[in-house]
Amino acid sequence: MSEVRLRGFGWRHAGRRAWAVRDVDLRIGHGERVLLLGASGAGKSTLLAALAGLLAEDSGEQEGTVEIDGLDPRKARERVGIVFQDPETQLVMARAGDDVAFGLENRGVPAAEIWPRVTEALHRVGFPYPLDRSTAALSGGEQQRLALAGVLALRPGLLLLDEPTANLDPAGATLVRDAVRAAVDDDTTLILVEHRVTEALPLIDRVVVLEPGGGVRADGPPAEVFALHGTSLADAGVWVPGPPPAPRRAATGPGDLLLTADRLGLPPRLVGTDLRVRAGETLAVLGPNGVGKSTLALLLGGLLKPGTGRVSASPALGGEHARTAPHRWRAPVLAGRIGSVFQDPEHQFVRSTVFEELALGPRRLGQPEAAVRSVVDELLVRLRLDRLAAANPYTLSGGQARRLSVATALATAPRLLILDEPTFGQDRRTWIELVDLLAGLRDGGHGIVTVTHDADFVSVLADRTVRLGAEPTAPDGTGSAGVGSGWGHR
Amino acid sequence: MIPYQPIAAPDALLARRNPVAKVAAALVVSVALIATVDPVAPAVAIGFELAVVPLFGVRYAALARRAWPLLLSALGILCTLVLFAAERTGSLLWQAGPVEVTTGVLVTALGMSLRVIAVALPGVLVFATTDPTDLTDALVQNVKAPPRFAIGALAAFRLVPLLALEWRMLSLARRARGVDAGRNPLARLRLFGSTAFALLVGAIRRGTRLATAMDARGFDSGSPRTSARRQRFTGADAALVAGAATLAAGALAVSVALGTFRPLVG
Repeated sequence: MSEVRLRGFGWRHAGRRAWAVRDVDLRIGHGERVLLLGASGAGKSTLLAALAGLLAEDSGEQEGTVEIDGLDPRKARERVGIVFQDPETQLVMARAGDDVAFGLENRGVPAAEIWPRVTEALHRVGFPYPLDRSTAALSGGEQQRLALAGVLALRPGLLLLDEPTANLDPAGATLVRDAVRAAVDDDTTLILVEHRVTEALPLIDRVVVLEPGGGVRADGPPAEVFALHGTSLADAGVWVPGPPPAPRRAATGPGDLLLTADRLGLPPRLVGTDLRVRAGETLAVLGPNGVGKSTLALLLGGLLKPGTGRVSASPALGGEHARTAPHRWRAPVLAGRIGSVFQDPEHQFVRSTVFEELALGPRRLGQPEAAVRSVVDELLVRLRLDRLAAANPYTLSGGQARRLSVATALATAPRLLILDEPTFGQDRRTWIELVDLLAGLRDGGHGIVTVTHDADFVSVLADRTVRLGAEPTAPDGTGSAGVGSGWGHR
Repeated sequence: MIPYQPIAAPDALLARRNPVAKVAAALVVSVALIATVDPVAPAVAIGFELAVVPLFGVRYAALARRAWPLLLSALGILCTLVLFAAERTGSLLWQAGPVEVTTGVLVTALGMSLRVIAVALPGVLVFATTDPTDLTDALVQNVKAPPRFAIGALAAFRLVPLLALEWRMLSLARRARGVDAGRNPLARLRLFGSTAFALLVGAIRRGTRLATAMDARGFDSGSPRTSARRQRFTGADAALVAGAATLAAGALAVSVALGTFRPLVG
């Protein structure tokens, strides 16, 4: 059980001009469960790092005070546990039981007490495997459950959760939320940072909203805060409870055939799949984890050589190159016809400024410099990146990096765009911008294929869905194997 | 998934010895055999090493699969030395154009390649039968290695398989961006460099995040650590090291007795 007290707290990272967080006055009592909200850049993660005692004194400048049970957080580390976003970089050991034991060993818990506490913590989070289960063999949701167990085994009075489900598919996110609900008792104070408010509501009883410029904008019971500030929070990118956005269906039927997949597969990652992609439609590829959706996206994008079957581009897409398969095209030919947007935007960044990043594709296609410049300038404005033209792509926020990765694919004007989980971990504002952008591209005659777990995204944007992992059926006129639903998703 | 998983039956007589004892035994054999360049001592040692393989619970087929790069490099050394040796002493065995294969050349080449196998095989055997976690535990508990270093290395080691996956994604993403090298070797080198740099940047970021998560669980607390898994150094472990020393001495003694011993220095 821990109490948190912040008085005029602020933190500025060394070498930065702006304060990451400032003027925060807050008192959080024993056993309270707080959802911490704010637009991206409001300093939520910095505040959690401060509470976890992870901001070294020489790594920045502090204002005001922060106390846990009257102590400096750096001296109260044993009272605080924190779970981060990325499962891969939180697990230390190769076996699940050893990983939970890791923190107990660090705290000098006697060996005889360690294993009973490990077993108890794993039981609390509902971890279904034996102690020697390989941590590498776990799904993302299971890994986050294990990370939670590793923290709970230390019996923290204050538990901090920094977007623990942002990197997970919906099933994995549910797994983690259920574990939090089951494992956190009345003795534990909880502070949760999470974009997806609706899903988080059952876990919390108080909402605190940070103002990006500094200070606390709102503080109180969820119903009250959302009634008073719902609209402004939504504008700031927070997923407040409410009806989903209005659907954006194609105005006209589909146009030219762009790409055909015949029994396309790559054993063992993907079994033979048939589908057709047309201009002017959005095709959503659905299915459970591990069924090969990302592999399908890479195959359709001409990035992998098919193991079985084939991908063929229509003359409308491939032009003079339509006779060869996309995976054999030279990279510039490919980039001018099929654009791929990867799940992790940073994989695709190869230049040191946003401007150069956007100019790369058109230059590779051999366009004159004046044309390159006009394409880049137009994209910068269209995707609200114009003020970041000179910034390094690696320094962008999650939403900005996502917009840039889509913009780089658009720079070479491909007729077909293939996106892998484009809305993963995005705030509401970026989400709506993406939907608008993709709907506009589709209505402008582009073909769009998107691999996604995001049910809202599908219901708003998809004209047709393909569900992998379902029983394959013979290809029909509109063409696809295991089709989940037909036109319009009605 | 991780290429360094043990391939042994974990309850075999020698496989369940203390990891530190196994590493020490391998080191004793390797260091002793580095000291000689004749073919006899390594040949004797290889014979012994192969004879104890079943005691480690390793099947010969599995060992061959693990050790084939070693065999390949030994073969490479043999061919290179036979073809390009500077001193061609001894009697001529066989001639093909400019290549004269003499007894002296053959003995030197055979000695070098057998030595590579004899020196490396104990290490291959030890790491094929040792779990990295157990080795780390033993290093910390039995030889008092600093935990911050040993466990930090173990945690970093877990991220290595991710690098291969990351490299693949970075390469595919570059192609998607319209970047490829085609047949131009210079462009290929540049592309390799830029992909490697991106890999490095990603690895540093991941390493930093992992270090923060470890410190958040008290890794940097500075208070004495306890160990959840006990590693003991017993009489049997000492016997393994002694046995390895005997093997090394025996191999050298055979070589000296036969008059083939040629020390590396002197």
